[in-house]
Amino acid sequence: MAYPERVNGGHDLGGQHGHGPVVAEKSEPVFHEGWEGRVYAMMRLARLAGLFNLDEMRWTIEQIPPADYLRASYYERWLGALERLIAEKSVEPAKALPNSTAPPRLNPRFEVGDEVRTRSFHPHHHTRLARYARGKSGIVELIHGPYPLPDLRADGMALVWQPVYTVRFNGRELWGNDGLSNDSVSMDLWEEYLE
Amino acid sequence: MSHEHPHQHGHAELSDLEARALAVESLLVEKGLITSDAVDRVVYRFEHDIGPMVGAKVVARAWTDTAFKARLLADGTAAIAELGIDSQDLHLEVVENRPGIHNLVVCTLCSCYPWFLLGLPPVWYKSAPYRSRAVIEPRAVLHEFGVDQPDETQIKVWDSSADLRYMVLPERPAGTEGWPEERLAALVSRDAMIGTAVVAISEAVTP
Repeated sequence: MAYPERVNGGHDLGGQHGHGPVVAEKSEPVFHEGWEGRVYAMMRLARLAGLFNLDEMRWTIEQIPPADYLRASYYERWLGALERLIAEKSVEPAKALPNSTAPPRLNPRFEVGDEVRTRSFHPHHHTRLARYARGKSGIVELIHGPYPLPDLRADGMALVWQPVYTVRFNGRELWGNDGLSNDSVSMDLWEEYLE
Repeated sequence: MSHEHPHQHGHAELSDLEARALAVESLLVEKGLITSDAVDRVVYRFEHDIGPMVGAKVVARAWTDTAFKARLLADGTAAIAELGIDSQDLHLEVVENRPGIHNLVVCTLCSCYPWFLLGLPPVWYKSAPYRSRAVIEPRAVLHEFGVDQPDETQIKVWDSSADLRYMVLPERPAGTEGWPEERLAALVSRDAMIGTAVVAISEAVTP
């Protein structure tokens, strides 16, 4: 598979139409096949061993071309990403960036109850601001963190810590007349994602 | 997908995916990053030890201990630590269903899920239909799961996009007054803690 850099990828599914009904399997096993469990465990263990961090893993999956992304099963995506991460990354864990350092003390720019607006951007890198919530206004519900900014951590760069806000968006704000004012979606957003 | 049992028949019948997974495992073991024993242990843990029964215990405790419930809603991470549950650097936010408020958890970008309480997510939770629709038409999705909420009930969807994980604290069903925790926990389904089900007294457990 070719992996062009992109961020508006096949993974950013929120609000799409046409994927059909949600089909729940009765008495579903944890893993459907033996290799799935091994791929899950290897991804987890290789990450904890420092070969890559969570955002590098996500970013690798997000670069799968959208048609391939949707066609592949969940663990097929993981297997492809694991192969690519192994090929690309140094396999000397000692050289990998630490996954966690002590978070700094930061003063959040916003308070609970503040009205905030998300930035409208389409960057060519990993981000956790989903497309459907860009350029939208919401209310700060909770303040957390700080947590490392995924956009930079996905490139294996030094950790940049920022406060994270749970922001509640009204259904009308997100979906116009197709949304309900009695419904809301809350997302956890790094300070960088807010204007 | 293979319907063979290749481990009993040797490598000749490995499916492409099995062969690739095996190649990755050999490479990671060779590099000294993982051991096959550690892989076995992780698989075992998720198949046997971590699952919705962990979250159900937390829910039953919250239903029977109002002080614990208050702590759970204020700081979920600390409250489950009291019960020996480690959220491993993730922060737990527990959202409570009440009359007039129904909560629903999704991860539109990947598959974030409170695995330390519920185990690994089912395929539908990670699927394109659920991830695309839960945020734009939550009521239609709930209807497909057999949950119909009146228009005046507020539907609060939580799209997990950072280091927080969400669990729904379902409403305790009427008619369970005085029940011990274990019996209450048996009522609590995985889907009720995601928000795609409500807890009801089924005929099977009614005395």
